[in-house]
Amino acid sequence: MTFILFFEQLLNGVQLGVTLFLMAAGLTLVLGIMNFVNLAHGSLYMVGAYLMVAATQWTGSYPLGVALGLAGTLLVGMAVEVAALRPLYARDHLDQVLATFGLILFFNELVAIIWGRASLYTSLPAWLQGHVELLPGSIYPVYRLTVIGVGLFVAFVLWYVVTRTRLGMLIRAGASNRTMVAALGVNIRLLYTVVFGFGAALAGLAGLMAGPIYSVQPGMGELILIQVFVVIVIGGIGSVRGALVGALIVGIVDTLGRAFLKPLLGHVISPPAAEAAGPALASMLIYLLMALVLAVKPAGLFTSR
Amino acid sequence: MKTRAILWGAFVLLLAALPPVALELGQPFYLDLVRRIMIFAIAAISLNLILGYGGMVSFGHAAYLGVGGYAVGILAFHGFDNGLLQWGAAIGGSALVALAIGAVSIRTSGVYFIMITLAFTQMLYYLGVSLEEYGGDDGMRLRTRSEFPLVDLKDPVTFYYVVLGLMLLSIFIVFKLVNSRFGMVLRAAKSNEARALAIGFSPYPYRLAAFVIAGAMGGLAGALLVNHTSYLTPDFMHWTRSGEIMFMVILGGMATHAGPVAGAFAFLLVEDMLSAWVPLAFVREHWQLFLGPLLVLSVLFFRRGLAGIFGKHDG
Repeated sequence: MTFILFFEQLLNGVQLGVTLFLMAAGLTLVLGIMNFVNLAHGSLYMVGAYLMVAATQWTGSYPLGVALGLAGTLLVGMAVEVAALRPLYARDHLDQVLATFGLILFFNELVAIIWGRASLYTSLPAWLQGHVELLPGSIYPVYRLTVIGVGLFVAFVLWYVVTRTRLGMLIRAGASNRTMVAALGVNIRLLYTVVFGFGAALAGLAGLMAGPIYSVQPGMGELILIQVFVVIVIGGIGSVRGALVGALIVGIVDTLGRAFLKPLLGHVISPPAAEAAGPALASMLIYLLMALVLAVKPAGLFTSR
Repeated sequence: MKTRAILWGAFVLLLAALPPVALELGQPFYLDLVRRIMIFAIAAISLNLILGYGGMVSFGHAAYLGVGGYAVGILAFHGFDNGLLQWGAAIGGSALVALAIGAVSIRTSGVYFIMITLAFTQMLYYLGVSLEEYGGDDGMRLRTRSEFPLVDLKDPVTFYYVVLGLMLLSIFIVFKLVNSRFGMVLRAAKSNEARALAIGFSPYPYRLAAFVIAGAMGGLAGALLVNHTSYLTPDFMHWTRSGEIMFMVILGGMATHAGPVAGAFAFLLVEDMLSAWVPLAFVREHWQLFLGPLLVLSVLFFRRGLAGIFGKHDG
């Protein structure tokens, strides 16, 4: 029984991990290549979820909703890049943080005007709603397994693109020396827009997959954004591999902490004390982990440079 | 120099004259508004010490508002209403928290520093949310304001003047610090770290000390804020709060002494205007839709801040 519970929570952790990875991959590339801090990355996650819900209701088809949601987020991301972010590349991080903070306020309110402040819930098609028996006595939702599968597949595709293609070569070159890449005649501006659009689409994918699991509401992107920062700090800026490892660590530690820390503490200290301290400690766990990693490796586990 | 002294004098006189005028006009609301603005100005002044003069882009200054607020709130909850004890705990507690956060984060720089200070503040936010005994997510009402001998904070006018006095004291402390030897090293490390190292200064202890001082002042602002609202919630530490305080500093002008104060007034007055005074109901209801782009534009085109209008920088 305990093992089955542990197994299920571990899978939940992996599922949270791949969602974090989809967010972190785009953000870490944008950070690594453009040296640009984009707080509005969480807003793209939110936009993805909302567009998927709206498109699914409009077309009546979930796959079409997903496709439109992805395409829509890509367009929104590129539009934001061209309209608001380009003038900020030459500025320092402080300006970038402040401007994208303004964008978050704008997007949250815009979404609230269009779809209201209440949470939206989406119904999944029948073929995603069931459960499968993974181990004897353990049933697990098909949808969460699908999320894990899609996340790992995207991780593989990203690995392939970054390490085996010409575009990936430019991305890696951009992350290690931007000026040199530009001097060699690469259209760095276009590369920026492409990478940013990619990152936006990945954030949208994370959002539209998370939508049916958590609730779709204004501000949903900010909570995950800060967790994604923890992932990037742990993994190292600019490293897709670091983003994957960091995301899985954070996802699993957070999920297992919330599930098991309280009962475990109950064995050590008195149950009422554990009742009070357990949830508090569980919610702080990933940040303490981050502090620990920083103490040992200040530049993160993997670095692109 | 002379114009600036006159401006400062006029500003202080204006603030000092506000309570009798507001009460005479039967508008005690303004007392409340300006008191709140001055409390945030203290937070912005303290952030300016590390952000403006120290070059440390801390996206977690709301943490100290929260620690200060919780120190007062928790002591009051357990029946300790003595203001000296409460405010001492608020200042000491946030200095300790700043020491812990600073010790880890100042070893890094750039984007890492931004993300780490943000992450630690979010950790404290979640800690506040999970403290069920003290109201958890919903927060809790403060039974009574901090009690001091001779001074009665329950009187709104007295409380106003206490906040005004502490704000002026904060400006003075930061002014003294920045112009001391300590402040010189801090500013030197900001403008050229390699050179500061070369002439024999290790910036780390100076930065950490500035970080702790700023945290302690932020804790004082938190103690004032919880007395002002009489209500304690984890929202004191919400990450958007940190962003707002940062905006106050930038809007007013970084590394200037008047900047954070001017910025706090400008930011909160614009916020108040958009959310309550604009005659269009749509704008009032969705004021953030307008505040957001306004902030983006101010970053893009209003780089030097309000203090930049008056020309030269103090720092």
